[in-house]
Amino acid sequence: MEFEIKPQSKFSLGLKELWDYRELFYFFTWRDVKVKYKQTVLGVLWALFQPILMTVLFTLGFGKLISTNYNLELPYPIFVLSGFLLWNIFSSGLSGAGNSMVNNANIIKKIYFPRLIVPISAILVSLVDFLMAFIVFVPVLFYYGCSFNLSAILLIPLSILLTVMATFGLGTFLAAVNIKYRDFRYILPFFIQALLFATPVIYPIKISDNKLFQTVLQLNPMNAPIEIFRSSISQSTLNYESIFISISVSVVMFIIGIVYFRKTEGYFADLA
Amino acid sequence: MFKSKNSKEDFWALKEVSFDVMPGDTVGIIGKNGAGKSTLLKILSKITPPTSGKIIGRGRIASLLEVGTGFHPELSGRENIFMNGSILGMRKSEILKNFDAIVDFAGVEKFIDTPLKHYSSGMQLRLAFAVAAFLENEILIIDEVLAVGDAEFQEKCIGKMGDISQSGRTILFVSHQIGVLNKLCKKAIIFEKGSMLLNTDIKAGTDYYLNNLSKLTDSIWEANPLDISGKEVSFRKISLLGLNGESKQSFGFNEDIFLEFEVNILNFVPNIKLSVTLTDKFQAYVFTSVVNLDEYFREGSEIIKLKMLIPKGIIAPNNYSFRYAIFNKLGKTFDLLENETKIKIIDTGSQMSEFEGIDYGSVIINTQWLKG
Repeated sequence: MEFEIKPQSKFSLGLKELWDYRELFYFFTWRDVKVKYKQTVLGVLWALFQPILMTVLFTLGFGKLISTNYNLELPYPIFVLSGFLLWNIFSSGLSGAGNSMVNNANIIKKIYFPRLIVPISAILVSLVDFLMAFIVFVPVLFYYGCSFNLSAILLIPLSILLTVMATFGLGTFLAAVNIKYRDFRYILPFFIQALLFATPVIYPIKISDNKLFQTVLQLNPMNAPIEIFRSSISQSTLNYESIFISISVSVVMFIIGIVYFRKTEGYFADLA
Repeated sequence: MFKSKNSKEDFWALKEVSFDVMPGDTVGIIGKNGAGKSTLLKILSKITPPTSGKIIGRGRIASLLEVGTGFHPELSGRENIFMNGSILGMRKSEILKNFDAIVDFAGVEKFIDTPLKHYSSGMQLRLAFAVAAFLENEILIIDEVLAVGDAEFQEKCIGKMGDISQSGRTILFVSHQIGVLNKLCKKAIIFEKGSMLLNTDIKAGTDYYLNNLSKLTDSIWEANPLDISGKEVSFRKISLLGLNGESKQSFGFNEDIFLEFEVNILNFVPNIKLSVTLTDKFQAYVFTSVVNLDEYFREGSEIIKLKMLIPKGIIAPNNYSFRYAIFNKLGKTFDLLENETKIKIIDTGSQMSEFEGIDYGSVIINTQWLKG
């Protein structure tokens, strides 16, 4: 098996290599999940805590206000919880991926493996959390008298896929940028917090008449997955235009993220 | 507070390095700190890309730039074996196959399911090395990882590495431990300041490295003029010299060693003696030689000059130092110098050459072996 090492030349996604190293995805994710919940009594159950707490708080705070003024097609708690389920993939995936390279600096400096595995595994960890939360979501859904549409079989995986794509795009970009400019480590939490309010998690897009605000919400790559997910459990119709815009942004971010990461990959070991 | 960077200086950690390694070669990479050895390994390990140039290779490379890469204190020994093995490039099936052997080599069977943070540092090291020892890659790159651990463990590691090279795999080994390099490697490549100096067999390589390591500043001792002024008799200057009178600090085993003395005499004192004691690195005495200074005294002069020859082929290759004294028969000491003028004897060919690196004593004596 012959190999060549030379100065970086043409761009490649390195898919074959990722496949060769596929077992490492499993080990990195497994390690991160294990470490995250080590020595806790509740273990992975903590993954449920945040979405449920958020749902309770927002329901108590805004539930009446929003559901009486806007037709959500869903009970407010379900509206919020479904939003948070996907939102948490994004927020924990993004902060996990963004910090992943710096956190694994010691390994990156000493061993070679496709660097993309690091941020991807961080996102996979947040997917594990999602799975736990989803298992609890289902009975809650039924409790409120909702159910899954037939289209859910397609729509739910699709919404997850879109979420992952958005998270991956921004996540890999941040992972690469964070190595050189450590500011991002500090900006990230604020950024994510702010973004929550620019996403239709707690309220629908139509909550504001302001055209600019609506545009921002539509451009948000998380808009599409959340809308799609909700349409699988309610009778609401999809606004194809806004979903298309959102997905396009997601795709663009995905491409930018992966290209930037691959281009700067070579010097991670020196900067980490 | 803010300094503007006007010019960026290029620093070439490695420049114009070119060499071939054949399958089954065991190559020692030698050089002072900062010579570029670790950078070379990083490039070979694909951690840093080369700025220019190309490397072509055949086979899977396993890199050991550090033991225990990927170890996490919260995970158990068992979990860390899988994590570390996987990062090093082992398939899960390979790890499973070698799992028991790894645990056995590390000697941590009892604690295999305890979190790593409860292991002693020695146990962690043994476990880390155990995983690495069972890599099955064709090419192994190792960076100074044997410089830790207790003597028993080092023996074990060296033994395992010997097995690996015997099995026909290719090894590139960076180390400062000349004895280990001599034992394990057949070839040597010497680096200095980013360039390749030598590409030769291991003996020539390590010899060159040893010869060029030491500075000459320790081969001459000179008295501080203020110290001498009060003493009746004292050392003024002591020099280590080679056959041609040149100042030297490293001598080959088969080389004559000269010590030149200048002794200051303020007032002539009869029956004074000068002693020279060779001391080893543990400060133990190897031998002492005593001379009567009277014979060398010249009426009217304040300085006595004399020379001592240590015959070649006796002092074993190693590092030594000297202890000098001037005294009289009644026990009065006029001057005493401890641990001065360091000397290095290099194995350039002796009956004990094959045991170089092992401490077999300070002298090599030609004993006779007769049938019983």
